[in-house]
Amino acid sequence: MFYREAGDFKTSYREDNQTFPIRLDRAGYWIALIVAFLVIPFFVNDYWVNAVFAPFFIYAIAALGLNILTGYAGQVSLGTGGFMAVGAYSVYKLMVAFPDVSIVFHVLIAGGITAVVGVAFGLPSMRIKGFYLAVATLAAQFFLVWLFNKVAWFYNYSASGQINAPERTVLGVIVTGPNTEAWAKYLISLVFLVAAAWFARNLTRGMTGRKWMGIRDMDIAAEIIGVNPLMAKMSAFAVSSFLVGVSGALFFAVYLGAAEAGESFGITKSFLILFMVIIGGLGSIFGSFAGAAFMVLMPVLLKNVLVGVLGWPTALAAELEFIIVGALIVIFLILEPHGLAQLWRLTKEKLRLWPFPH
Amino acid sequence: MMDAMNMSTDTNPDSYVTDDGRTIGGVVMDLKNITLRFGGVVAIKDISFDIREGEIRAIIGPNGAGKSSMLNVISGFYKPQEGEVWFRGKKRPPMRPYQVAQQGLARTFQNIALFDGMSVLDNIMTGRLNYMKTNMLQQAIWWGKAEKEELENREKVEKVIDFLEIQHIRKTPVGRLPYGLKKRVELARALAAEPSLLLLDEPMAGMNVEEKEDMSRFILDVNDEFGTTIALIEHDMGVVMDLSDRVVVMDYGKKIGDGTPDEVRNNQDVIDAYLGVAHD
Repeated sequence: MFYREAGDFKTSYREDNQTFPIRLDRAGYWIALIVAFLVIPFFVNDYWVNAVFAPFFIYAIAALGLNILTGYAGQVSLGTGGFMAVGAYSVYKLMVAFPDVSIVFHVLIAGGITAVVGVAFGLPSMRIKGFYLAVATLAAQFFLVWLFNKVAWFYNYSASGQINAPERTVLGVIVTGPNTEAWAKYLISLVFLVAAAWFARNLTRGMTGRKWMGIRDMDIAAEIIGVNPLMAKMSAFAVSSFLVGVSGALFFAVYLGAAEAGESFGITKSFLILFMVIIGGLGSIFGSFAGAAFMVLMPVLLKNVLVGVLGWPTALAAELEFIIVGALIVIFLILEPHGLAQLWRLTKEKLRLWPFPH
Repeated sequence: MMDAMNMSTDTNPDSYVTDDGRTIGGVVMDLKNITLRFGGVVAIKDISFDIREGEIRAIIGPNGAGKSSMLNVISGFYKPQEGEVWFRGKKRPPMRPYQVAQQGLARTFQNIALFDGMSVLDNIMTGRLNYMKTNMLQQAIWWGKAEKEELENREKVEKVIDFLEIQHIRKTPVGRLPYGLKKRVELARALAAEPSLLLLDEPMAGMNVEEKEDMSRFILDVNDEFGTTIALIEHDMGVVMDLSDRVVVMDYGKKIGDGTPDEVRNNQDVIDAYLGVAHD
């Protein structure tokens, strides 16, 4: 009844252009931000951060990245895991080589390195589309993981072949390494996520986003009106890989603390993030959040219900978890092929009319 | 009679004023001896004609005459094997279609080529892309330059929306629109580019009489109010004869007539091509 545009008059194109045109949405957005930044950090404990918040935030950044490439620019990629590995190994090498530079810069530069690698592996998209491009990016996935396992320089010749995040601080607070407080882990992931979402939203609502979507919807028409297809596709690969690289860097440095390319950034990671994007909704910023939340939170929720509430053995619950999450994915995709974002959009349209039928 | 009709406008570059008071200027686009082949098939055979500033130039002909191929040559989509394209007094080097667009050409398609996943507003905004200069970093930050540019261009787009009377569907995804409106949105996207030469490939195909009247009115208004030069392909002879200043007639890849609608109407070759001729 309160969820509608009526009475909320837009008097400038600026107001008409805003991300949340409905007053209640705007309020919700600010409340969510305030709660996330000023309330939750005081209450989080290790379990919540390690099981829920850190993976959710970091995967959401990767999902945003892949959504820009696949959802907005229409280029399918199965190399996400490999690109996350590039971010992780870059940040590791940078952290070790320049211990005095802030880790924030290391993460950003790692993103930049991943962007360059992403563009290089994106070049085939000039010639091939769809499934064929997916196969080409699959090559990136396998090649990159092989590279990080094979060349010992990347893991500084450590005996285990693993990389371990050294302890680093931001403004005097430890954010990486085993001594990190839960709230610090939470906050640094959140800051990067909010920045990434802001960045992605602005790019997609402006001319860059329109070029990407033009290429996605009809590349010939886009070229006829003046979109340079090479630049549009390469910029999509660059921005997408940047975000995926940042996500990979945080995944290793902040969340895992130690990583090994094949285990942490294998092909399953690529699929996991692709599922997030598809279930969340292609071509939607909200969808990236929703998809990441679904894939991260659903297993945690199921485990808690099966083991905690129903008291089933953990081993059985772990197996059932896979079956139920898999079934849920199939059910969701049949009910709403355009993902959670579309479901949310339809709900909002219904809400605007509620309680009247028309 | 054919001689009079084919008299090249090159010899008469001076502008003149039409009966309805529009000024037709010099040659904007000059196509010289264009030949286009697809393997062994000759789609366009040694065709020359020009388009003058401010005029409405129609290209007509039976199916398969090579009209759309001609438009595709002009918009840079096909590269002719022989012949030259002169634009604004300069020979055009081989170009990609997006570079042609940057020179000030815009076009619509026979079978609508809109971006179905985007709203009407976003579709038309894409037409402004040659006017938006902020880089990706500025756009990612949004505040400041990028937002200012977006709003300035939005204002231009709103004028086009007003002009074509599509205010009510501004935020509708294009995929949901009926055919006639889609055609109008496509015209809007081309107009938003403020082109110096507008190419329309069958703007009235598949429309009913009322929609055709609307579209004709828009085409005339665009030409009249903005002085936009228009080249169009159309099958509806009534529309072509009423709208255009000069008409090129093609048949089997060859030019068989060129001149004012009246001249073309009385051209025996054109009559033969359309009505058929007895072979004895």
